[in-house]
Amino acid sequence: MSENAASSQQTQWVEVCDKNALDADTGVCALIDGKQIAIFYVGKLDEVFAIDNYDPIGKANVLSRGIIGTQGERICVASPLYKEHYDLRTGECLESPEHSITAYAVKVENGKVCVAV
Amino acid sequence: MSKQRVIVVGNGMVGHKFIDGIINSDHAENYEILTFSEEPRLAYDRVKLSSYFSGSTVDDLMLTSEEHYQSAGVVYTLNDKVVDIDHDSKTVKLASGKVEGYDKLILATGSYPFVPPIPGKDQPHCLVYRTIEDLEDITASAQESKVGVVVGGGLLGLEAANALKNLGLETHVVEFAPRLMAVQLDEGGGNLLRRKVEALDVNVHTEKNTKHITAGEKHRYRMEFADGSYLETDMILFSAGIRPQDELARNCGIDVGERGGIVIDNFCRTSVEDIYAIGECALWDSKIFGLVAPGYQMAKVAFSHIDGGEEQFTGADMSTKLKLLGVDVASVGDAHARTPGAQTYTYEDGVNEVYKRLIVSEDRKKLLGAVLVGDVEAYGTLQQMCVNSMDLPDAPEQLILPTSDGSAGAAMGVDALPDTAQLCSCLDVTKGDIVEAVQGGCCTMGDIKAKTEASTGCGGCAALVKSVMDNELKNLGVEVNNHLCEHFSYSRAELADIVRVKKIESFDELLESHGNGGLGCEICKPTVGSILASFWNDYVLEDKHMGLQDTNDIYLGNMQKDGTYSIVPRVAGGEITPDKLIVLGEVAKEYDLYTKITGGQRIDLFGAQLHELPAIWKKLVDAGFETGHAYGKSLRTVKSCVGSTWCRYGVQDSVGMAIALENRYKGLRSPHKIKFAVSGCTRECAEAQSKDIGVIATENGWNLYVCGNGGMRPRHGDLFATDLDDETLVKYIDRVLMFYIRTADRLQRTSVWLENLEGGLDYLREVVIDDKLSIGQELEDDMTSNIGKYQCEWKTTIENPEKLKRFRHFVNSDETDSNLAYVVERDQRRPANEKERENHIPTVEVTA
Repeated sequence: MSENAASSQQTQWVEVCDKNALDADTGVCALIDGKQIAIFYVGKLDEVFAIDNYDPIGKANVLSRGIIGTQGERICVASPLYKEHYDLRTGECLESPEHSITAYAVKVENGKVCVAV
Repeated sequence: MSKQRVIVVGNGMVGHKFIDGIINSDHAENYEILTFSEEPRLAYDRVKLSSYFSGSTVDDLMLTSEEHYQSAGVVYTLNDKVVDIDHDSKTVKLASGKVEGYDKLILATGSYPFVPPIPGKDQPHCLVYRTIEDLEDITASAQESKVGVVVGGGLLGLEAANALKNLGLETHVVEFAPRLMAVQLDEGGGNLLRRKVEALDVNVHTEKNTKHITAGEKHRYRMEFADGSYLETDMILFSAGIRPQDELARNCGIDVGERGGIVIDNFCRTSVEDIYAIGECALWDSKIFGLVAPGYQMAKVAFSHIDGGEEQFTGADMSTKLKLLGVDVASVGDAHARTPGAQTYTYEDGVNEVYKRLIVSEDRKKLLGAVLVGDVEAYGTLQQMCVNSMDLPDAPEQLILPTSDGSAGAAMGVDALPDTAQLCSCLDVTKGDIVEAVQGGCCTMGDIKAKTEASTGCGGCAALVKSVMDNELKNLGVEVNNHLCEHFSYSRAELADIVRVKKIESFDELLESHGNGGLGCEICKPTVGSILASFWNDYVLEDKHMGLQDTNDIYLGNMQKDGTYSIVPRVAGGEITPDKLIVLGEVAKEYDLYTKITGGQRIDLFGAQLHELPAIWKKLVDAGFETGHAYGKSLRTVKSCVGSTWCRYGVQDSVGMAIALENRYKGLRSPHKIKFAVSGCTRECAEAQSKDIGVIATENGWNLYVCGNGGMRPRHGDLFATDLDDETLVKYIDRVLMFYIRTADRLQRTSVWLENLEGGLDYLREVVIDDKLSIGQELEDDMTSNIGKYQCEWKTTIENPEKLKRFRHFVNSDETDSNLAYVVERDQRRPANEKERENHIPTVEVTA
């Protein structure tokens, strides 16, 4: 499993949950340092992603509850409120780049999901 | 090359447009941009100002943001004003005392509202309508007022009247001229507009010249008119036109017009070198342009000139189309027939309140202008004909006469438009631009908007732009495909056939065998999820189906704007025992849920958080409730009137039939939601003809209506069959619904499905009643199989500890979402709106 691109300086890994707490092709939300982070497990790629849970357009903490999919080559979640796509690797909002959010590096170690903050 | 320093005075819509033009140009790096605004915020959309009163926030109105300017290197100063220009040293001086040098200076100072010099106009609660601060003052004043008067019955005045009405005031419009919108409308149009506006409870007083504003007896003020009459009011809103804001130019030796306005030439240059003026402050050919489109054009021209280009401003089409107080109004070209020799055609329909007038040239070859009130569908065609001097058809009256089938008048083929025709005046997009975009690969309105920006301003040209796009696609021989999305080159109906015939049981299987790669998306996943459920009816949260479920289905609740859910238990036929009603009340009370009766005769409980859903449903299921599938694209409710069991007029047991039908089809996943109703007699109290399936009792049985719809696009159901017995009724409904599930498009209601079904109602009768395709039995068997697998999804879920784990906000904490905030209104809580959040409630900080 590869690590997702995100800033690597002073990376601090926070253990979030067991990997088997993640259902394939859905998301969960984690509370890390007071921040809400959406974590997604894409079964086909056996890869875990993390982005902000806050939907800056719908203005609610809901992104973990969106549908995962692809737009061309990009792996995205569609906001459950108004369906804008957020790139799971970069946090970019495809429809409205000025509403882009943060993507976090994730790794799975000894069956635990860890997020870099 | 060193950077040119450009100072933009004023950051209104046009000033911002100018800056945006530089930022987005290929030469952006050649310019250093500074801008000053005396308002406390950067540019916002003044055209949509009135939406502030119908719920838009300041953020919604903003055209840009400080972050955007910062990242583009634009230096901006708010709350400061340029007070002096020294054109010898090429510097400006600010109110704060700061001095800045410029290479080019752009005056985009806009306009100010004209307030007639009436004694008493400067008292409190005498306001204007121009800035966001004005709107705040109006809102505050309205809270202490019962009656409001708008002085001025023009375009802005009527918008202001709408605002006062939205604020709950008794609203009056006082106009000096003999009619409303005197600039744009002729007498006939003005009279009809007045009738329509008055029908909306706005009192119109024309030919009134206000002489004094004095203290009132019943209300705060009395407005005394020249004719001796008076009107009492608590607040007054002046909206009697605008005046160019030319004070700075005037004081600094730049030429201004006799009646105001900074004089400019075709390049938007003022009389002083290196100083330009654009927008409402500028005077071109002795004309001020009070619309945003010409201002945007000037912004483009001024930058072109600075950047070495040759664009010129040569006037602008002042045609307008808008909705004022819900009334459609449009004016094109010479609406007043002032051109010598002009001829007119007038169409007036007093019953439907439509007024249309064409103004044509003496030889009847060219269109000079038009006035449309009540029905403005012809606007796009007429405006283009007028602006492009196109030849009129032989019988010009056809352009405004209704056709016998009730559709709009003869529209002009878009082929006839020249490539230079400007379709979108806000963003200056021509037909040629659209054609080029289509040739370059755009084939949806989304593509067109992204590529050309057409229809991204006021949106009034959207229909015209779409028909030009469709026409060009047709010219190119592009077949407009009905493929579901990039992952499947099939329509929904084709995928439904594939799933059914090949007995495909999961999304992955279908994507593997018939998809185009990738993982799927939020279009195809729920669509396929729904098809699988229609035919195989598995538990929707089964592992292999869970990731397919849309926003609402995946947590078996209806997600509301703040991410909480609403809960709707099934109340079949709208019949409920007092005991069950008490349970709903108790649960709502325990969890403090906002409670509302739905249109489908059941009860909606709002504001449940994810982690509360299982406990709430446990209580409901224990009390005998089932899920109501309000979250699914599936059968919602079967509404009923009380029928023959109680009603003196009822001829059949409508409640009994409604309950039987609701229990038969509950949980049936379909291309869109489905609603039924059953009425116990011909009085139709259950409004069955507005439902997908409507059943109305007769002396001899049941009449069946199909494919009706309420909502956004109402349609009466068609009478499908009469005097049916119970068994035949159910057989027909089984067949109609299954045929719909097999053949409809994604998210296509039955009404639109029938309208698009080749052969229409007759064909549907042949399939269902005559069994022309010999699939009747198959359709019934599919339905029977689906019904046999019904389960209450909530009962299944609360009995499954694995599935319940997902119903919590955090995977690693028992805390709840701290972003939720509520206020109490009419004794119940509701989500706090943005303003309430800003003012009272600390919100979670979210870092970008």
